[in-house]
Amino acid sequence: MPKLIKGVGCPYCGSSCDDIEVLVSDDETKVLEVHNACIIGTNLFHHANDPTRPRLPRKRQPDGSMKEIPYEDAIDYMAKTMLAAKKPLIYGFGSTNCEGMSAIGRIAEKSGAVLDNCATICHGPSFLAIFDNGYPSCTLGEAKNRADVVVFWGCNPMHAHPRHTSRYSIFPRGYFTQKGQMQRTVLCIDPRETDTAKLADHHLMLDQGHDYELFNAFRTVLRGHDIPDVVAGIPKETIKKSAEIMKNAKFCMIFFGMGCTHTDGRNHNIDHAISLTRDLNDHTKCSIMAMRGHYNIAGPGQVWAWQFGFPYCIDLSKGTHAHMNPGETSSVDLAMRDEVDCFVNIGADAGAHFPIQPVQHLKKHPFIVIDPNFNMASEISDLHIPVRIAGVDEPGVVYRMDNVPIQFKAVLKGLPGVPSDEELFDRVYERMCELTNTKPIWLAAKEDRRYPESEAVS
Amino acid sequence: MATVTLKPTKVPELIFEGYSITPDAFAGKTAAQIAALPGHEGKFVLKLGEFFTVSGNGGETAADTDIVIDGDCSRVKYIGSKMTAGSVTVNGNADMYVGGWMKGGKIHIKGNVDSFCGIQMEGGELLVDGDAKNHVGCAYRGDWRGMKGGTIRIKGSAGNDIGTAMLGGTIIIEKDVFIHVSTHAEGGTVIIKGDVEGRVGGQMVKGDMYVLGKIKFMLPGYKKIGTVEKEVDGAKYTFDHYIGDLGERHGKSKGQYVYANLYLKAAA
Ligand code: SF4
Repeated sequence: MPKLIKGVGCPYCGSSCDDIEVLVSDDETKVLEVHNACIIGTNLFHHANDPTRPRLPRKRQPDGSMKEIPYEDAIDYMAKTMLAAKKPLIYGFGSTNCEGMSAIGRIAEKSGAVLDNCATICHGPSFLAIFDNGYPSCTLGEAKNRADVVVFWGCNPMHAHPRHTSRYSIFPRGYFTQKGQMQRTVLCIDPRETDTAKLADHHLMLDQGHDYELFNAFRTVLRGHDIPDVVAGIPKETIKKSAEIMKNAKFCMIFFGMGCTHTDGRNHNIDHAISLTRDLNDHTKCSIMAMRGHYNIAGPGQVWAWQFGFPYCIDLSKGTHAHMNPGETSSVDLAMRDEVDCFVNIGADAGAHFPIQPVQHLKKHPFIVIDPNFNMASEISDLHIPVRIAGVDEPGVVYRMDNVPIQFKAVLKGLPGVPSDEELFDRVYERMCELTNTKPIWLAAKEDRRYPESEAVS
Repeated sequence: MATVTLKPTKVPELIFEGYSITPDAFAGKTAAQIAALPGHEGKFVLKLGEFFTVSGNGGETAADTDIVIDGDCSRVKYIGSKMTAGSVTVNGNADMYVGGWMKGGKIHIKGNVDSFCGIQMEGGELLVDGDAKNHVGCAYRGDWRGMKGGTIRIKGSAGNDIGTAMLGGTIIIEKDVFIHVSTHAEGGTVIIKGDVEGRVGGQMVKGDMYVLGKIKFMLPGYKKIGTVEKEVDGAKYTFDHYIGDLGERHGKSKGQYVYANLYLKAAA
């Protein structure tokens, strides 16, 4: 009898939907049906059925080919390479659980590495703005129950977070928003006519890269001053009208995405958006939220801020304290300036998401990829270690985009002999301690390791 | 006055963190002791002597120690950072954090500098003959109290983030700047002799900015209130006087709001 598992979390986008139902085969090795998820989420679960999923680490051979090796050897290689490197860079973590993120912290400390996550090419600038200016935010539940004016600034949830609008932001009926979409006014600020813009009541099609000026115009208008006739390509009257809509809201919710964080000015755009949010609170209630990309990309920010005091770009090479300064300790900058001599890519695809030049720089040195699947990074790596898929065959804690922690379930048993991220990292850490004749400070997963050291895979 | 001369002998494979290259660290030490001062390359602690030959002993105090680096330091960070007195001259380029957190003394870089020069500076003089990259005299991430004093003069151009969250001191850029000048500043003076792309004085509360070239995109939060004649860096010009950022909070003095001033050279 196939089993229907309810209350499953979707390990894909930052909406982290936790209402998914998955029908699995009675031996819990195959996903049969996925209910409630969007097409991306559905595919992600079905992807776990792929019979070609890697089951053993693969190491690059002198002739350039990849050869399967036992986990033992892969762990030994990773431990030795990271210890020998002057400054390894560990990057990724968009798609794994908090347990793995915590375990990698011990490896990073031991190897004097720089610990970075996908925020470095995504919402990192939002962190910088939050450091500078605070974060008047709320949960998605509040947005759903209260917001009657929703602003999407430089983000396109219809494509990037498909169920965001139906679960939280535009369509759902909430406590104070019983009429759902009828009760909400949606503003979209985007240089392109995206599908979210088409759905909005008002689309402000600003000139690309001039968000900062437009935020400034909104704030100037809100303080009762005059502005030029056109700012960032938007007529004064439209700006004034939009400012009135926000001001007259019962609860205004601003969602922003990479249109703000990765155009010129970066953190300053967000910083200004936060200032605007604060100003709007003189008139009504207003809150702001980053549209985080992956289902647990808020996780490393939470876990590492707790462990090291910083959410990303954490340079642990001093051994005594963490140093963080994006522009210097951020992955792409480190790579471009040849400041690192070993690269470990975990649960993300630097091969696909970094510009080509930093990848070329990183490829001069050992390049290790830890990922359940084949991806562009794994194919150019020196060592690819497969792990279980967090949220599909490995449970764990994830942080949704509003920093709400959710316990995700495993729906499948997992491939035999394949460890979870946490188990793998603990074993690498243990090996590092052996090699350096030191005592491990903590091995979280040791008692519950489900798989023997190296089990032959058929 | 004692002069210590460092001659680069080797380019670090990664980057050498030369946080020991300050008159304060060199003072009272012999050339051999200076060569044994530490610096990081990645996680390994190395000695200055592995990258430089050192000649000359340090003076008794930082104030009577002059450091001359005879060569390129494109891959050496933190030169003259946190120094309080004395001088550092680099006959070449320098990497990040030149004169960061500096409190006094003089730094002269004859080539270009990378980002974060003069970050959180409190006093002294920093002179760069070439160009600077980003974050000149700006605040460290998350600190709303940026540069407090001293003078930074960049003879070439600079990137973005000039004097972010500045509270005092002077920054002079003799050529062009990209974006973000005096963002969040609550004091200090920035003089730009070339053109700026935009975002001059965004979220600025107090302080002065002078632009002798053009601003391509003016912020909507700035309003022209008149024309004034002012002396800037030894020369007199007629300026259009703007106040702002009108979108930002402002304090009052004697019942009047105090705004930041932008002086943009009037068209001839
Ligand atoms: S919206 Fe995102 S979290 Fe929800 S089902 Fe789709 S991909 Fe998964």
